[in-house]
Amino acid sequence: MHVSRAESGGDPVGSRPAGAGPRSWYEASARQRLDLLLDPGSFAEFLAPPDRVVSPHLALFDLPHQFDDGIAVGRGRLGGRDVLVAAQEGRFMGGAFGEVHGAKLTGLVKAARDLASTPVLILFDTGGVRLQEANAGELAIAEIMRAVIEARAAGVPVVGLIGGRAGCYGGGGLIAACCSALVISEQGRIAVSGPEVIETNRGVEEFDSRDRALVWRTMGGKHRRLIGAAGTFVDDAVAAFRAAAIECIGENGAIDAAVLAAEQERLDTRVQRFGTMEDGLDIWAALGIPDPKSVPGMPAETFIPLADQFGVNGHDAR
Amino acid sequence: METLTIQLQAPQPARGRRAMAIVGVVGSGDLEVLAERVLAAEECHLEISTAIAGFGPVWQAVARDFVERRSPGGVRFSINDGGARPDIVAIRLAQAARLIEEDQPCT
Repeated sequence: MHVSRAESGGDPVGSRPAGAGPRSWYEASARQRLDLLLDPGSFAEFLAPPDRVVSPHLALFDLPHQFDDGIAVGRGRLGGRDVLVAAQEGRFMGGAFGEVHGAKLTGLVKAARDLASTPVLILFDTGGVRLQEANAGELAIAEIMRAVIEARAAGVPVVGLIGGRAGCYGGGGLIAACCSALVISEQGRIAVSGPEVIETNRGVEEFDSRDRALVWRTMGGKHRRLIGAAGTFVDDAVAAFRAAAIECIGENGAIDAAVLAAEQERLDTRVQRFGTMEDGLDIWAALGIPDPKSVPGMPAETFIPLADQFGVNGHDAR
Repeated sequence: METLTIQLQAPQPARGRRAMAIVGVVGSGDLEVLAERVLAAEECHLEISTAIAGFGPVWQAVARDFVERRSPGGVRFSINDGGARPDIVAIRLAQAARLIEEDQPCT
């Protein structure tokens, strides 16, 4: 296996310029996120671009491949602690899972399971399974979910960070649901079926995918934090994700039958409380938020204490 | 897919000590450039893989201009193109050359 030092950047800002303002997680590439999230210079990549482990399928469709197949995996340090980390690049094929992309994440999480002590960070940025290699992608999702649960059963925290362009959709949403903790920003979205998929299958009366406000109050970061699907909400800044990730890898990520039962109960309660409601606004009102309409426009520093007061606590189960 | 190989002579070797650098993403209108210090000091090669066939002369012109300006001798540039315009190609090549010329050594 080729291991090489990270020395990358998606744009000219490959390293940290002095006096630079907060870097947006949403705007950053997968490699920039890794560079700024982890302790400086600590990332060592497995199957790095020079190894050219690319998709065997895309050329059949006359589509260009990418040298890392849209995911960078490796090890590094976070707040001085060893971590295993994977970052999806949402701008390559929508961050979608293909055969190689999926196998890289499966291998990483299985390594964490076998080490049984090194936390895993998954920087989700994905539309789900890559349609050109759908069978391999679907199998990869199942393998990754199994590996995540096995790693957690061995006591390893598996933390998902969500705030990229592609959101966290399809099989990515399923894997996220298996994680021990999720950190999300306002720009982040979690769902299985995306807005366009729902509209295509059920009609525009069911879900208007062009209504961005509707998309965000159904799947967006603030809503996911308020209903407890994500435990931690952060501002769209790499430093904020870093601070939250350091906290999450220090928590107990273990899963057993009791945790699973508590998680099932949490989800049952959610359906009972909110299952008949038509809109996110109704749910926020039911949570007791005084002026639900003000939530979408709220800056992070106002929203975070509000969510702590009224939101469902995401740490109850998982 | 069309693959192009452009082999040029560089008057100066690339500065710095990094073994490799990568910039860009294979997205619409963008490209990824992998720079590797694997050639003789006076050589510079570009290996291009693109779904947009028929633009060999444009790639040749951008490559010649880039090597003339930056002279990244000893470096092979491997490109996966997502349909980038020549100006984006020139910017990504310059970024890759600048990154591999940083002083931080590769271990």
